[in-house]
Amino acid sequence: MSGEIRLSRRRFLKYAAGAAGALVIGIGSVEAAERPVPLALLGDSWSQVGPYLRVAADGRVFIGVRDPDNGEGTATSLARIIAEEMDADWSRIIVEPLGLGVSVDNGQAKFTYGHQRSGDATSIPAAWADLRQAGALARWLLLQAAARRLGIPADQLRGENGMAVAADGRRISYADLAASAADIDAPSSAPPVKQADRYQFIGQPAGDVDALAVVTGALAYAGDDNIGDPVIAVLARCPYPGGSLDQADREAAGRIPGVQAVIDLTPEQGQPAGLAAQAPAIVVLASDTWAALSGRNALKATWKPGANAEPSTGTLEQQALDLFGNEQATPSTVRNDGDVLAVRKKAARALEATYFQPWVAHATAETPNCTVRLDPDTSITVIAATQSPRQVYSVVQRMTGLKPDQIDIRVPRGGGGFGRRLEADYVAEAVAIALAKKPDTIRNRPIKVLWTRDDDLGHDYYRPMAVHRLNASLDRKKNIVGWHQRMASPSALVNRNVPDNRLWQSELVADALPAGLVPNFRSDWYPLSSQLQRGEWRGSPHVTPTFASESFIDELAHSVQANPLDFRLALLGSPRQLPYAGRGGPIDTARMANVLKLAADKLDWSRWLRSENGLGIACAYVFGAYVAHAVEVAPTQDGIDIVRVVVAADVGRVINPKGLEAQLQGATMDALSTALNLAITIKDGKVQQSGLRDYALSATQPMPNEVETIIVPSTADPAGASVVGVPSAAPALANAVFRATAVRVRRLPLLRELARLR
Amino acid sequence: MAQQGPTSPVPVPNAHDASQPAPKPVREGIDLIVNDKRYRHTGDKAMPLLWYLRDVLRLTGAKYGCEQGDCGFCTVIVDGKAVASCQTRMEKMTGKRVTTVEGLAGKDGKLHPVQQAWIDEDAIMCGFCQPGQIMAAVDLLSRQKNPSDADIDKIGNLCRCGSYGRIRKAIKRAADTIKDGKA
Repeated sequence: MSGEIRLSRRRFLKYAAGAAGALVIGIGSVEAAERPVPLALLGDSWSQVGPYLRVAADGRVFIGVRDPDNGEGTATSLARIIAEEMDADWSRIIVEPLGLGVSVDNGQAKFTYGHQRSGDATSIPAAWADLRQAGALARWLLLQAAARRLGIPADQLRGENGMAVAADGRRISYADLAASAADIDAPSSAPPVKQADRYQFIGQPAGDVDALAVVTGALAYAGDDNIGDPVIAVLARCPYPGGSLDQADREAAGRIPGVQAVIDLTPEQGQPAGLAAQAPAIVVLASDTWAALSGRNALKATWKPGANAEPSTGTLEQQALDLFGNEQATPSTVRNDGDVLAVRKKAARALEATYFQPWVAHATAETPNCTVRLDPDTSITVIAATQSPRQVYSVVQRMTGLKPDQIDIRVPRGGGGFGRRLEADYVAEAVAIALAKKPDTIRNRPIKVLWTRDDDLGHDYYRPMAVHRLNASLDRKKNIVGWHQRMASPSALVNRNVPDNRLWQSELVADALPAGLVPNFRSDWYPLSSQLQRGEWRGSPHVTPTFASESFIDELAHSVQANPLDFRLALLGSPRQLPYAGRGGPIDTARMANVLKLAADKLDWSRWLRSENGLGIACAYVFGAYVAHAVEVAPTQDGIDIVRVVVAADVGRVINPKGLEAQLQGATMDALSTALNLAITIKDGKVQQSGLRDYALSATQPMPNEVETIIVPSTADPAGASVVGVPSAAPALANAVFRATAVRVRRLPLLRELARLR
Repeated sequence: MAQQGPTSPVPVPNAHDASQPAPKPVREGIDLIVNDKRYRHTGDKAMPLLWYLRDVLRLTGAKYGCEQGDCGFCTVIVDGKAVASCQTRMEKMTGKRVTTVEGLAGKDGKLHPVQQAWIDEDAIMCGFCQPGQIMAAVDLLSRQKNPSDADIDKIGNLCRCGSYGRIRKAIKRAADTIKDGKA
């Protein structure tokens, strides 16, 4: 009735009969112990296995997807990977988001589903590594069962569209085979995965598996869940980093009809960033959101800055410039090839430029929210969109002291992530409210915490502001022979248990191009100090440095009157592999040159010199993917119009081209909108932006009507897609703006700076 | 502390078909029709329609995004026109007829052409803004049978994921479907 196959020392595949004639297969780990997985998925009790697929006797195939989907398309892509291997009928696939897989082993938490995180483009590579094998085992078992039924050898059978098909044309549906497949003895090793030439789904376009639920309003995001009739909580938070309450009229809030309680919340001290509530707050608990909002309004809370007021961006920028000019300052030197100072002395030409980028926010569509149902002695259920269910778990476990099998972390589809939901502060806050002493009337009610948009913009984990100073030396043949980049920023890794000599790792990538292409290359990082919370922002260590480096390469090309495409191709040189210590390496210069040429060709780059519109180009290497943007900008009376945008990407094998196209288009729009207009600014020690009017995401002009995509066919192992389209978009835009207006924008946001310089 | 919220709907035995005569009023309140069902709001008249839909009626298709009418995530249709439900107070709702995304499909479950076009163009990414986008598109197509790009741009609903290109295609596809009388 069941079997097991080792995949590695610690991972295994397991299968068994489910209820009502189903076949159930999962990937487990040796650490897994006694914890049933969701009944909804399996239809019966089942332990020790992370659930991945269930072939039901009625023909439906349920696939539990472990990585959160916040719009990256992971639910669809992961399901396609499994469905491909089992030759399933895609129209009968039902995808369910899984909560956190955690169990107890010797009193310790063990995470049983393998990779369970959406961030840094890791979901697809991880799925490629082990989910395929679950699908392959299902097919193998079903074909064995069919062979037994038909009395023929299994090698005369193949899977096709949810059926086992014999060479003589006889066929049996998987539904009919599911029960008997569970009785097949386990193979001695994991059945082989399919050859690529047999792929039916991988590489073919698929619509999002949640589309129907979304367009009918049936899909329940975390905030749409009303488990146990929750009390609604809205918080007045201190807007000053390190600040405290001045005064608030708690009685006035309490008099608002529907308000049930007003309590104070003090964040835990001594916790790393992202693992505790951010700010002191007054919590208004009410029977509905409107009453809670009205109660917060009635508080008329005022706050005091802390001892050290948060400096303005301009002050931090000046500190950066001072550091760059200070011989005594000691940066982290993250790469140092040859001798950049010696080569500068004998250079035919030397250039310097300094680039300024502001703080930016995530502004996810769905603001942070979290629902908590707590029974202090026995269990807790947490419902929240997150990119990191394990991070949520660690916070919940620490704060409640409950055992792993008493903690239920539910992870519905999220309304955007972009790195914001790698943090668990909003979960910690909700759990703190659930644990706090409250009036008897609501003591046992679940708590739902809603962040308003001003909460979100004022208490984000911002992408750090950054200043880059670049120096380059060129020889007489116009080759770059020296490159010295200095970056200063407040690291997003401060207060996260990371040693000082590694704080640069959230800010830049040591081997990012043009490292490896320039013989004398040095990259220095200088720390700045800030009290604002900082975090990851859609591949940020690739994003801010690439704006500087790809703008600067354009400036170098201009200085020697070279076509910036030809200049980049010459810099990449002959096809070769460049060592790359980060994830995804080595860098293949030929694949990079290819995306540059494809993007340029599509934009008709031969117009570059004479076109009245400005054409700009830039490229980047991101977690194993190669990307280039080519942008056409028209000058207008009061600014610019982005006429066309092309993005070309080589992400290795493409799982779902429709999903990849959406990610490339969306990331491009995000990067352009951010570069054009967006900045978080500090005044009088606090964030000034409070809504989508002063943090104005761009939808229309000057934004392009569409983003044209080129997807390079490849058989290389797949890379993730969600951040790929970000890094090269902004520099390609700035480079196009330079051609269109003759103004070199070295400070973002671009439109404000362009207006100032023109 | 106030012990009981005043916002619970009248204990209407849930709701009544709007084509039938309304039940006798049991309390003063604001009578309105949501997705062809009658409701009476007896709570705070200043409550925005968004929170009435989400918290009282538990119709969670309309989403919260900004409280300022800037994002469009909360768009619903009131008496045939798209409105930001976060900016629409219940005191203005007497006698109004509201359609939310949950009420868009036919009683037989057949999707509205706009919903179908959204699926066909795969216009959703995270999906959070899409109920509002869809309601805004339904409103636009009720006024403009052949919307231009400029007409579509004027909707102004935000999509944080940047799915604007596909949303544009979906609206045009839906317009074609409606013109062809396929719906």
